[in-house]
Amino acid sequence: MSVAIIDYGSGNLHSAAKAFERAARSMEDPQAIKVTRDPDAVYRADRIVLPGVGAFADCRRGVDAVDGMLEALTEAVRVKARPFFGICVGMQLMATRGKEHVTTEGFDWIAGDVEKIVPRDENLKVPHMGWNTLDPIREHPVLERLPLGPKGRHAYFVHSYHLNAANEADVLARADYGGPVTAIVGKDTAIGTQFHPEKSQRFGLALISNFLKWKP
Amino acid sequence: MFKVRVIPCLDVKDGRVVKGVNFVDLRDAGDPVEAAIAYDAAGADELTFLDITATHENRGIMLDVVRRTAEACFMPLTVGGGVRTVDDIKTLLRSGADKVSINSAAVSRREFVKEAAEKFGEQCIVVAIDAKRVKRAGGSDRWEIFTHGGRNATGIDAIEYAQEVVTLGAGEILLTSMDRDGTRQGFDLPLTRAIADSVPVPVIASGGVGNLDHLVDGVREGHATGVLAASIFHFGEFTIRQAKDHMVRAGLPMRIDP
Repeated sequence: MSVAIIDYGSGNLHSAAKAFERAARSMEDPQAIKVTRDPDAVYRADRIVLPGVGAFADCRRGVDAVDGMLEALTEAVRVKARPFFGICVGMQLMATRGKEHVTTEGFDWIAGDVEKIVPRDENLKVPHMGWNTLDPIREHPVLERLPLGPKGRHAYFVHSYHLNAANEADVLARADYGGPVTAIVGKDTAIGTQFHPEKSQRFGLALISNFLKWKP
Repeated sequence: MFKVRVIPCLDVKDGRVVKGVNFVDLRDAGDPVEAAIAYDAAGADELTFLDITATHENRGIMLDVVRRTAEACFMPLTVGGGVRTVDDIKTLLRSGADKVSINSAAVSRREFVKEAAEKFGEQCIVVAIDAKRVKRAGGSDRWEIFTHGGRNATGIDAIEYAQEVVTLGAGEILLTSMDRDGTRQGFDLPLTRAIADSVPVPVIASGGVGNLDHLVDGVREGHATGVLAASIFHFGEFTIRQAKDHMVRAGLPMRIDP
């Protein structure tokens, strides 16, 4: 089994790779974690991870700049049904459009736009930066045995925009930050988290383990 | 629910923690990576490294510290000290830092904040502000920006400067009162509040923590979204958990994950 973490010049790949390696090490069925910018390796991988930090348009340009990457990714996830994990902007790219500064096309796997978060409480700062709990909306194998809800564990967020999903069925969990913020999306064999599991200590590693075990 | 952050800060010189960290049994109290691992286990919400290495040749050591920390700790890490170029930021982020804090380079050239935010995103650009109260003849006091550990006055108004760097793309302000730093008398609350209320991004209060009430005051009175402290944690006076329990008792929302 192999897990491809896509290197397209964005994202803290080092942290993501180390977190996936740590989670993989504690599993019965070891999976090789490979950071790659080779579309063939992404196409052949059993699981795919798309990290991303920075602005939506920049990240989209980064994916497009690797010749054949978007095609390999789309084919692997949408046709071969490989499990996919988008992190932060990697998750936002799953949307129809991004509206950060300029309007940019996303992959359109999850219907909806990536929009600025506007907390109702004006004392709340943007970016939404720090630890928040998650409110589960829908059950999913990657959320199995994770303590969610107001008394549950926390996830680490750093973002000013979120994926406003058009279909409620695509949202697995939300966070509350002066209003609902989309925290986890999931559709078919793809999931995405707005927060950083690789920075969310034990909770994040448990979520990554669940993803590595997930057989959709 | 969104939680207040407690952030221990480690001063690192030539790859070693200045004065050491003595709150748990560490094999090597001067190793920043060991200290980071201990703070991760103790439930710190973030960690900040401030590199005070003087020579350029030894700055590579910090990258190794960051790399080893990121391999062992799955928590947010901010690194500051001597960050002057876009390349400095790139190498720190590549090594595993999540946020980079810029101090005097932003004072001498504001455009640097803009360049950094455009390249890496506002969420990872922290501007560190060292401010000091200045008496003005005939006028009211104000806070001004100081560089080089509080030695060099710049004459720049701290509130205006904070607003300017946020407009340029700072995603967070790390605010240190040079009057209070090292005094153990608590944060400069009027300063913290003045800055926090005048910018839309999170402000981390720093400088002067001597007891746990000071942490509560920084949020309550100072309107900070996070509190940073060094010595009260490093020397075992209080644990992170004690600090958080105290803040919970004061009614603040804190993350206490087992």
